[in-house]
Amino acid sequence: MRPTSARLLNILVPVKSTSDDALEFCRAVDYAVKIRVNPQQTGIDTNVKHSMNPFDEIAVEEAVRLREKLKASVKTIKAVTIGPPKSVDTLRTALAMGADSAIHVEIAESGPSPEPLAVAKTLRAIIEKQNGAATDAKDKIDVVILGKQAIDDDLGVTGQMLAGLLGWSQATFASKVEIDEAKGEATVVREIDGGGEEIKCKLPIVITTDLRLNEPRYASLPNIMKAKKKPIEKLSPADLGIDYTPQLETIKVAEPAKRVGGGKVASVDELVQKLKEAGI
Amino acid sequence: MLSYRLSSPVKLTPVTEHDLAHFSKFLQPSSIISTLSPNPSSQDELAPYNSDWMGRYKGHSTTVLKPKTTQEVSEILKWCNAKRIGVVPQGGNTGLVGGSVPVNDEIVLSLSNLNKVRSFDPVSGILVADAGCILESLTDYVAPHNHIMPIDLGAKGSCQIGGNVATNAGGLRLLRYGSLHGTVLGLEVVLPDGTILDQLTTLRKDNTGYDLKQLFIGAEGTLGVITAVSILTPPAPQASNNVILALPSFDNVLPLYQTVKRHLSEILSAFEFIDRTAYDLAVKHGQGRALSEDDVEGAECFVLVETSGGRREHDEEKLSDLLELLLSADKPLVNTGVLSQSPAQFSSIWALREGVTEAVSKEGKAYKYDISVPLSSFKEVVDNTREHLRSKGLLHDKAVKFVLGYGHVGDGNLHLNVCADAYLPEIQDALEPYIYEVVSKYRGSISAEHGIGAMKTHALPYSKSATSIELMKKIKHIFDPQGIMNPGKVLE
Ligand SMILES: Cc1cc2nc3c(=O)[nH]c(=O)nc-3n(C[C@H](O)[C@H](O)[C@H](O)COP(=O)(O)OP(=O)(O)OC[C@H]3O[C@@H](n4cnc5c(N)ncnc54)[C@H](O)[C@@H]3O)c2cc1C
Repeated sequence: MRPTSARLLNILVPVKSTSDDALEFCRAVDYAVKIRVNPQQTGIDTNVKHSMNPFDEIAVEEAVRLREKLKASVKTIKAVTIGPPKSVDTLRTALAMGADSAIHVEIAESGPSPEPLAVAKTLRAIIEKQNGAATDAKDKIDVVILGKQAIDDDLGVTGQMLAGLLGWSQATFASKVEIDEAKGEATVVREIDGGGEEIKCKLPIVITTDLRLNEPRYASLPNIMKAKKKPIEKLSPADLGIDYTPQLETIKVAEPAKRVGGGKVASVDELVQKLKEAGI
Repeated sequence: MLSYRLSSPVKLTPVTEHDLAHFSKFLQPSSIISTLSPNPSSQDELAPYNSDWMGRYKGHSTTVLKPKTTQEVSEILKWCNAKRIGVVPQGGNTGLVGGSVPVNDEIVLSLSNLNKVRSFDPVSGILVADAGCILESLTDYVAPHNHIMPIDLGAKGSCQIGGNVATNAGGLRLLRYGSLHGTVLGLEVVLPDGTILDQLTTLRKDNTGYDLKQLFIGAEGTLGVITAVSILTPPAPQASNNVILALPSFDNVLPLYQTVKRHLSEILSAFEFIDRTAYDLAVKHGQGRALSEDDVEGAECFVLVETSGGRREHDEEKLSDLLELLLSADKPLVNTGVLSQSPAQFSSIWALREGVTEAVSKEGKAYKYDISVPLSSFKEVVDNTREHLRSKGLLHDKAVKFVLGYGHVGDGNLHLNVCADAYLPEIQDALEPYIYEVVSKYRGSISAEHGIGAMKTHALPYSKSATSIELMKKIKHIFDPQGIMNPGKVLE
C-alpha cells in the first residue's frame, strides 16, 4: 500500500572547488599547467584555476535529473561549499546547472583546507540547523548527493563519515539512482569490482557518485545569467560551531618518479647487446 | 622576360641501389627505409610516407631517408643534386594539399629524426628547435617557462615546426599572434646543392638587406629543406576562457564580430565560425559536446570566441558583461551559448571546432578548399556551391553528401569542404574551376593557409598574376636549377 501523504524531497549537494591540474582523467589542456608539487613538499601548487570537482559536477547533475524526473516532488536543491571567497564561482556553476540556492561556508584564503571529518561535521550542522527549524516534514533535507572523492586530495571518505554522523542510509559509488519518494526509498546501483550491486535503502540517505552515473550538462548562458540572481547564504565556521584546525599532519608530498624514456633498437643483435649491457 | 619551365623538362632519375650504397656510408641503417636491396623493406613500411593525410594523394617512392643531423641532410641533397634525384621533404605529413608526398618516385626525406630543442631563452622567449620537433611537444617544452607557441592548429600532435614554417600555417592563434612571417626570426636551411644556409639568428630586428628566410616560409619545400627554426614565443596568457554561441542567422556573424571586438578588445584571441552542417558532423563523430539539443534548435551557425589575458577576474568580468549585453539585447544576435566552466569544458568546446576536419574525413572523402574571401560572402559561397552541385545532379548519398563551411572569421579565411562518398572525376570537374572562379571574382585567395602543393598548381593564376608567377619561377631556378626539390609542387 502506498503511503497517502506524498513526500517532498529536499536535496543537499556539497561541492568542492578543486585545482584543475588534478584533472587527471580529463584530456590535458594546453594552458593548464601540469600538476606540480610545491617547493615545500607539503602539497601541490594551488596557484592555478579552480573549478568544480568532477565527481561533484556529477552529483549536481544527478540532483537536477531527479527533479526533471520527479518534477515537483523535488522541492529544493541546495548546493553547499566550504572554501575561500573565490569558491563562490563553484557555487555559481552549481546554480547555473540547476540548483535553486546555495550556502557558502567561508574560510580564509590562506588557511589549510578542511579535513573530511570537519567537512562531514559542517554538513551535519547545516542539515540539523535546517531540519531542526523545519515545522513541516516537507522542508527537511532527506537526500545528500556528493562526489565519491575529491580529485585533489583523493581522500574519499566524507560521504561515509556524514552518513555515520547522521545515522542515515548510505549508498556509495552510485552508477544509477532511483528514488521512490512516496515509499521513502532509494534504489541505487553501486560500482563494485567487476560489476554493479543493486541496493535498496530507506530515506534519508547519503549518496556518493561514481564516474558512470551521468554526464554533467554544460551550463547555458541564460542559466548562467539567472544563476547570478539566485540566493547564496554566507556562513562562517563559527556560526556552525565548527573548528577547522587540522588533526592530520602532512609530512611530505612527492612527485611520482620520473619515467625514463625508452630507446629504439635497429636489430635483434643490438637488442641482445643492450640487454647484456643492462645485465639482464 | 625569360621564361623558365620547370616541371617536365628537367628529367629526374629514380634512386638506385648504387645510391643507397652511397647513403649508407654516412647514414645509420635505421635512417634508411627502402624497398631496394640490400635490406629491402616491405611496401607496407613505405605506405605511410607515400600517402597523404586525406588518403587522396599517393606517391611511388621506393626510399625514405631519415637523417639525424643537418650535415646528413646536406650530404643527401648534394648527392641527389648531382644525380638529379627528386627529393620530397616530409614533416608530420599532415598537409592538406598533397605537398608532402611524391608525385612519382622521388626520395622522401623525413625530418622526424631531427627533433631536438637547441635552445630556449626564457627571458626573450626565443626558441631554437630542429625542424622535426612536433608542434605539441614544443608547446609542452615552453609551457613550464610560461610561454606558448605563437601557432596552434588541429594537427598539433603530428605536424612539425618545420612543416608549419614550410606551409606558413595559419591556425587558431593567428588573430592574436600574427603569421609566421612575423614570429619566425631565423631559419637554418639546406639548399638543393647541399649548401647549409645558416640564418638562425635570434635577433628581433635585423634590417641588413634582403630577408632571405621569408622566401622559405610558405615555399612548401620547393626551395630547400628547413632543418631548424628560431621562433619568438609569446608569454602564456594567465587566463583563458571560451564560449560557443548559437546564432539564429549567418547575417548576425559580422555584427557579432564587431560587438565582440569592441567589448573584449585586447583579450580577444579567437573568433571562429562553424556552420550548422559542420557542427552537426563534429557532434556526430564525437568531437566534443557542449550545447544541449534545446540550445542548438533554430541555430543556423555557431561562433567560438576565446579570450586570453593576464588577469582572470578582469577577463571574466569583461566576458560576462559582453554576454549579458548579448543576451539582454532587444534583438539578440545570439540564441544562446555555453561558457566553459573548467579546463575540461574549455577543451571540449575547442574540440568542436578543431574536430571538424577530422569529422569530415570520418564521414567520407573530403574536397577541401581553403580560401580567403570577404567575410560577408562566406555563406553565399557555401550555399552557391551546394546549389551548383545540386544542379549538376551530384548532391546525393552516392556522390556529394555534405557541403559545409567553417573557418577563421577573424582572418577572413573560409574552409569550404565538400564531403563525398568517394573521389569521383565528375565531382572534381563540377568543383573546379567553379570554386576558383568564384574566388577570383571576389579577388580572394585560392589558398589562404594550406598552400598550393600538388593540388592547386594549375589554379595558381586565379590568385597570382602572370608577372608574379614568372618571378616565382625565376626564384625557384636560382635556388634549384636542377629542379630536384619537391618537384611538381607549387609551380607547374
Ligand atoms: C587536422 C588538421 C588541421 C589543420 N589545421 C590547419 C590550420 O588550422 N591552419 C593551417 O594553416 N593548416 C592546417 N592544417 C594543414 C597544415 O598545413 C599542416 O597541418 C602543417 O602545417 C604541416 O606540417 P607537417 O609537419 O605535417 O608538414 P607536411 O605535411 O609533412 O608537409 C607540408 C609541406 O611542407 C613541406 N615540408 C615539411 N617539412 C619541411 C621542412 N623541414 N623543410 C622544407 N619543407 C618541408 C613538405 O614538402 C610539404 O610540401 C591542418 C591539417 C590537419 C590534418
